[in-house]
Amino acid sequence: MPDVQALVNEFLNKLKKRKIEGSQATAKQTAELLRSVISQQRVPRTNQAGALIDAVRAIGEQLIVANPIELAVGNIVRRVLHIIREEDLSLTTAAVAELNLSTVSDDDDDGGGGDQDDRPVLSAAAVAAAARNTLRPPSLQMLLEGAPDFVAVPRSSSSGGDSEGKSKSMDRNSRTRKLKHDIIEAVNELIQDITTCHELIAEQAVEHIHQNEVILTLGSSKTVLEFLCAAKEKKRSFRVFVAEGAPRYQGHLLAKELVARGLQTTLITDSAVFAMISRVNMVIVGSHAVMANGGVIAPVGMNMVALAAQKHAVPFVVLAGSHKLCPLYPHNPEVLLNELRSPSELLDFGEFSDCLDFGSGDGSPLLHVVNPTFDYVPPKAVSLFITDTGGHNPSYMYRLIADYYSADDLVVQRRHAAGN
Amino acid sequence: MDARRGSLPVPRVRQVGFFTPNAQPAPTRSQSGPPDSSSPPLSDSPASNSLSPVMIPPPRHHSDNLAAAPRPTSPLPVPEPSPFRRRGADNNNALLVGSYNPAETLLAMSPSSSHVGDGESEETMSGGWFRRSNSGKLASSLPSGTFDFSPVQSTAEALKPNKVQNPVGISVLNNTILAEVSARPAPKEQQPEAPSSSKQPKPKLTKAERRALQESQRAAKAAAKAVAAPEEVATIKSVKQHQTQKKDAPQVAVSVAASERKGGDKSQEKERRKDAPAPRMQFDDKSRVEKAKRRSVVDQTEAKKRVELFRHLPQYEHGTQLADLESKFLQLDPMHPAIYKVGLQYLAGDISGGNARCIAMLQAFQQVVKDYSTPPEKTLPRDLTAKISSYVSFFTQCRPLSMSMGNAIRFLKNRIAKLSPSLSESESKSSICTDIDRFINEKIVLADRVIVQHASSKVKDGDVLLVYGSSCVVEMVLLHSHELGKQFRVIVVDSRPKLEGKALLRRLVAKGVHCTYTHINAVSYVMHEVTKVFLGASSVLSNGTVYSRVGTACVAMVAHAFRVPVIICCEAYKFHERVQLDSICSNELGDPDAIGKVPGRMDVNYLNDVSNSGNLQLLNLMYDATPADYVSMIVTDYGMIPPTSVPVIVREYRRDHLLI
Repeated sequence: MPDVQALVNEFLNKLKKRKIEGSQATAKQTAELLRSVISQQRVPRTNQAGALIDAVRAIGEQLIVANPIELAVGNIVRRVLHIIREEDLSLTTAAVAELNLSTVSDDDDDGGGGDQDDRPVLSAAAVAAAARNTLRPPSLQMLLEGAPDFVAVPRSSSSGGDSEGKSKSMDRNSRTRKLKHDIIEAVNELIQDITTCHELIAEQAVEHIHQNEVILTLGSSKTVLEFLCAAKEKKRSFRVFVAEGAPRYQGHLLAKELVARGLQTTLITDSAVFAMISRVNMVIVGSHAVMANGGVIAPVGMNMVALAAQKHAVPFVVLAGSHKLCPLYPHNPEVLLNELRSPSELLDFGEFSDCLDFGSGDGSPLLHVVNPTFDYVPPKAVSLFITDTGGHNPSYMYRLIADYYSADDLVVQRRHAAGN
Repeated sequence: MDARRGSLPVPRVRQVGFFTPNAQPAPTRSQSGPPDSSSPPLSDSPASNSLSPVMIPPPRHHSDNLAAAPRPTSPLPVPEPSPFRRRGADNNNALLVGSYNPAETLLAMSPSSSHVGDGESEETMSGGWFRRSNSGKLASSLPSGTFDFSPVQSTAEALKPNKVQNPVGISVLNNTILAEVSARPAPKEQQPEAPSSSKQPKPKLTKAERRALQESQRAAKAAAKAVAAPEEVATIKSVKQHQTQKKDAPQVAVSVAASERKGGDKSQEKERRKDAPAPRMQFDDKSRVEKAKRRSVVDQTEAKKRVELFRHLPQYEHGTQLADLESKFLQLDPMHPAIYKVGLQYLAGDISGGNARCIAMLQAFQQVVKDYSTPPEKTLPRDLTAKISSYVSFFTQCRPLSMSMGNAIRFLKNRIAKLSPSLSESESKSSICTDIDRFINEKIVLADRVIVQHASSKVKDGDVLLVYGSSCVVEMVLLHSHELGKQFRVIVVDSRPKLEGKALLRRLVAKGVHCTYTHINAVSYVMHEVTKVFLGASSVLSNGTVYSRVGTACVAMVAHAFRVPVIICCEAYKFHERVQLDSICSNELGDPDAIGKVPGRMDVNYLNDVSNSGNLQLLNLMYDATPADYVSMIVTDYGMIPPTSVPVIVREYRRDHLLI
């Protein structure tokens, strides 16, 4: 699969050079890359899911290392892994169900046995999970009466254990193809979700924006743009204050877009945020990533806005597509999940070049220029998350995130290292 | 601090700070100071007593009131005067203050208006006067109210010599003023004159006056249907006439005089409010903006796209004024070249920073005083005060004055008003010049030195100090601490569009201070390592709010969130008794185009093509108000105080400044 490797390398380069702007684009491209990786991956006759997981994880690890700040990459890798597991599980479940049926009729079924041999990784746990899946949601009656259904699970697994594989070809080949096919289908769906998450979020705009509202935002976010425009299309008239978001001045871009769509827009400097916030009804911002504790990694300056909003009791609403939900808990995110950009955005190098020189004097320059990219907004400053599945409290994010990822994948790298 | 505390019980005796030993606090002033002291004088003047229970009715129009005013004994039954009408009337009165030589035009009718001052304490009067002058003459935004306090005093002072010199031939105008003067609570030296002057006005109107009144009534009826505008046009004209020194304007004179009378009748109302700072010019008041425009020297085109929220602030197109004003250089004969130069520098932004602006202004005034010669038949204090007022309004048109400048102007006018009448002109002039020098020296230069002493005692080895923008006091603190050999690091936080921090950074780095430079958005990122935040202030308001360069509030807020102490360095002359809760009500708008363009960044040009769109507004706020709870300490020339002590400083030292 040389072409896949070339694709991966190209993408790695882009990530390393920070050529890809925005988590949505990154997420989409990551998903597309992983899709081609999966489709090109030669699957062994046995343990197909395991092989796929290993392949995706190996590439995912490289991608994450290439740009550890772009959490969307890790998110997508984890989601693809989750998809593989889920698809495998559903196949297994189907098989188990089949097996159960056949166990009732005939003890010597080979399906379960095949699974057992071919996929040691998924063995008992997978089947147990499958059983749980089939049992979900647990009915009150079952809880009260306990046993009968649980008996089936050990039986099926034990029956799988003692039966040796007999016939392989037909059934397995179709299953292999089916697994890969299902996975690629699911990844396509994921890509689709990433592309359309704007619309899903924007649909909720009218529920949150009323007439004559004054909204403040900082920097530029496509999600925010779509959100505001959706409200505008619903004949809501409101005003938007856009903080320009120095030193990238993405706010200018957003202001331009908003004006083009006919919204009343006022561009302000970032320093005027505190002055203006007292007249603002709602702060709506985009984000870079949402952590599992409900904290937000957002463009620089957002913490200031969040604090000002908190001080004036203005709702601080964060829009986030589901690809931005990161299952990790942040530690010292202001520093560890941040990235320093070029000082040239702040200072002309020519002006202060003598002061910036590390070689002169005692080795440390007189002048440092700090130009971070991101800010961390703690969960307590966030009033509401609006994702494509609806509005959520910051305290609920961990649960929402659990729907998208499986616990085995949370640490992509270390798992792999331990495996080696 | 200890001295201050110990002397609290006897505040007037105490001479703290930089006052000359022979300076006498004016006794009359100290008595009239407390608000309740205004009641005793009422008993002196029976006229006002008879007036006090009844209120003059509020006609729709100030012109209506012309009729009502001269007949105080037969008031109409409407009890509550509407503020709108009073303001309108005040405008007219203000014209009297501001015009160069109102005396001539006022001669005809002043006797009838002289009861204006009856029974009012001087405090009341001055309150009224400066409110009037604020709304009308100066058309300025921020500080005009603060300094116009003085004209009354100046006139009063001016009259004293006159009185003495020609007791018989006092002009009628002087009588008017005298009435006001005599109404002071207990001016010992004026006590004998008080009764005579207060009685004199009441009696009878001359024929000419009656005719004038009738005319004004007629005019009022005519104007009642129309809006205020026409009347104001008339008054504007009157100003122009005054300024061109035309003496044949009886009509105008009547209206001015009549409104003056009426203004005086509002004494009760005024008494209640006398201590409140004057309301600022609101630029959403169309008629008044019109009026101000007509008087303005600087040609100001209003911004096309105004931010709705800030209609009450002046929003002008920038860039056109400077060239325009430069071309007018030779036409502005009443303008002193020094004033003109400083005005241009304000407009061009060559002078910025509260202290620099204030010093430049004071030095220009000094120049004016040096070159000043009293015109014939005028008194120096009155004429000079009027001149300075007109210069101040010129400055205001160039750029709205800062509150500190307002305080300085107030000081200057007070000094002029307090000039001893026995001084010759040259002595007076040199005295004023010395006063200005002393103000600059004591209130700014020495104060800064004291602040630097105090503040640098707070800098410890290993500190990481965060500063925002460029404040000259803070810079001095940093450099002084550096000279003391303290090891610390400075984080210079900057913000668009002025990027004042770059200049500060350059100066600090040149001195070898270790610096980190960043922009305001990254303040949360750098705040982790910061141990203290030093900020400057344009003004500190008496509710503890720090009015300063926009962004200061953000920095203070983030520092507060990170539990980092915020230290404000501010000279006490910048303290102001005004209060403010937000940054919207009073502010200054900069050039909006500075927002859309990012110099030096070719890639940021998104707004080049859309800046003409009607939907896009650019807002360039200049200041913001930092709530007192974010401020840990204010370092001032009286020591290091918590923000809650600002009103104490204002109360205890305000009068001292003015009355040295």
